[in-house]
Amino acid sequence: MKQITVLSGKGGTGKTTITASLAILAKNAVTADCDVDAPDLHMLLHPQIIETKEFRGSKLAVIDETKCVRCGSCREKCRFDAITENIEVDPFACEGCGVCAIVCVVNAITLTDRISGHAYISKTKYGFMAHAMLRPGEANSGKLVTLVRQNAKILAEREGSHLIIIDGSPGIGCPVIASVTGVDIGLIVTEPTMSGIYDLERALRLLKHFNVPPIVCINMHDINKNNAEKIVRFCEEGGVEVAGKIPFNPIVTEAIVNGKPILEYAPKSDVAKEIEKTLKRLLLALNYGSG
Amino acid sequence: MIVSIASGKGGTGKTSVAVNMALSIENVQLLDCDAEEPNVQLLLHSKVSQVEPIYVPVPVVNKKLCDHCGKCAEFCQYNALFVSSEKVLIFPELCHSCGGCHLVCPKEAITEEKHRIGTLKLGSTRNLELVYGELEVGEPMAVPVIKEVKSRIVRSKNVILDSPPGTSCPVIETIRGSDFCILVTEPTPFGLHDLKITVEVLENMRIPFGVVVNRADIGNKKVYEYCEEKSIPILLEIPFQRKIAELYSRGIPFSLEMREWKEKFEALFNEIKRRGI
Repeated sequence: MKQITVLSGKGGTGKTTITASLAILAKNAVTADCDVDAPDLHMLLHPQIIETKEFRGSKLAVIDETKCVRCGSCREKCRFDAITENIEVDPFACEGCGVCAIVCVVNAITLTDRISGHAYISKTKYGFMAHAMLRPGEANSGKLVTLVRQNAKILAEREGSHLIIIDGSPGIGCPVIASVTGVDIGLIVTEPTMSGIYDLERALRLLKHFNVPPIVCINMHDINKNNAEKIVRFCEEGGVEVAGKIPFNPIVTEAIVNGKPILEYAPKSDVAKEIEKTLKRLLLALNYGSG
Repeated sequence: MIVSIASGKGGTGKTSVAVNMALSIENVQLLDCDAEEPNVQLLLHSKVSQVEPIYVPVPVVNKKLCDHCGKCAEFCQYNALFVSSEKVLIFPELCHSCGGCHLVCPKEAITEEKHRIGTLKLGSTRNLELVYGELEVGEPMAVPVIKEVKSRIVRSKNVILDSPPGTSCPVIETIRGSDFCILVTEPTPFGLHDLKITVEVLENMRIPFGVVVNRADIGNKKVYEYCEEKSIPILLEIPFQRKIAELYSRGIPFSLEMREWKEKFEALFNEIKRRGI
């Protein structure tokens, strides 16, 4: 079984548009939306949810006020400033470590499970999909990403699918690390802006750190052709393949507004053709057939 | 006054709004809290005057004292320690630096050492001071870097915080303690969906907020309908213009070249001041 993760470093470069197109092109693939705090892929693939699971990712300290003697040792020992002056737990600051519970002299503090989100197994018209929704403001998105990837794997094994396509979140922190570890290719979607280049460079270093082979595609390359050329040269020097240069076209936004992947909404458009060409090169690099 | 700029969806224009607003008012301290991808400096090109490493404490086990009882691993909520009869393994990148392992060890075998997770940089340009943090590539946790950046807040200034995208812990850490939060969105189903999630966060945290619609003429009207329904003020609309996109791609804040925008960003800040206090 092969796995590919679409990532970008910088947000808004077109990860989800590319992932949805890939889900159409690669026959019988399982899709996994691992941008668990702002998942958008479902708005293009319209999954029918088959199964929902509660996700308990972290703990929260709870103080029993009837026992608390307000000695303040919990406040003193908490390194997250999560105990207020009134000896109450600030749920936004609490990381559920449990230090307050062990230092409490009257055993007034316990750790409780937080329901941090939900994980879903679904079916779309292009195949099965694993996705999730972290509750707004919750921590531990990395753990939820791992759960989504496990679900995708189970789906792929059950359905005899040989490819898992993972839509990552922006950045290079814990949810992205959880999305890229152990995959066969990391497809970095970048844009020809100063931030795009800087973030691409960091994303490449991240993939190298975790031994994931990279492939790059430049979205909206004609916004700044000089920068796009710079990216191509930079990648060539590092031995990184640039699989495609996708033009800017407002029809991409139009497709999103209509809730459809661009390959379905405007398959004849220049942008759809270029995406198709890019993704076919990618599937070739993976030794995986396209439909 | 502390104003944070957040968005839910990535790439909606947070950094553009933060930088252009910062350049349009006086007495500013701008903090880039997107430690995973700090992009403010790429638009500001400030002169960096100070560079400091950022460390977090992680456990170190004294092998002579440890009797492999396993209490530390049992206590650790983040699986940062593994104890077997032969050895103790420590995974510093999983450690949240709570200090609990040190407290529970009956043999006092655990002390703490410094583990570098990022770099703090201070710079200045024009009318403003810049503080930003860079997370080391491969390190998963941005929150301690954000805390370090925020520890440099000078409250007498107009403080602007540029948040990372999303709604999870790095975002919460950034916007905690803000007097006002600007949510930058775009009028597409993705923009709207992620805006709604972020609004839920801000309502829970009881931080006043308003919306800036970027690329205001693309997409559809649903963001506007949602804001009207929820009585969320729309503070500014920025149209999609190729010139703005091109200036951004070259690392130039558009209000420096398109002077009419300086006034608009100044008015945006004045409106926030009126609402946030």
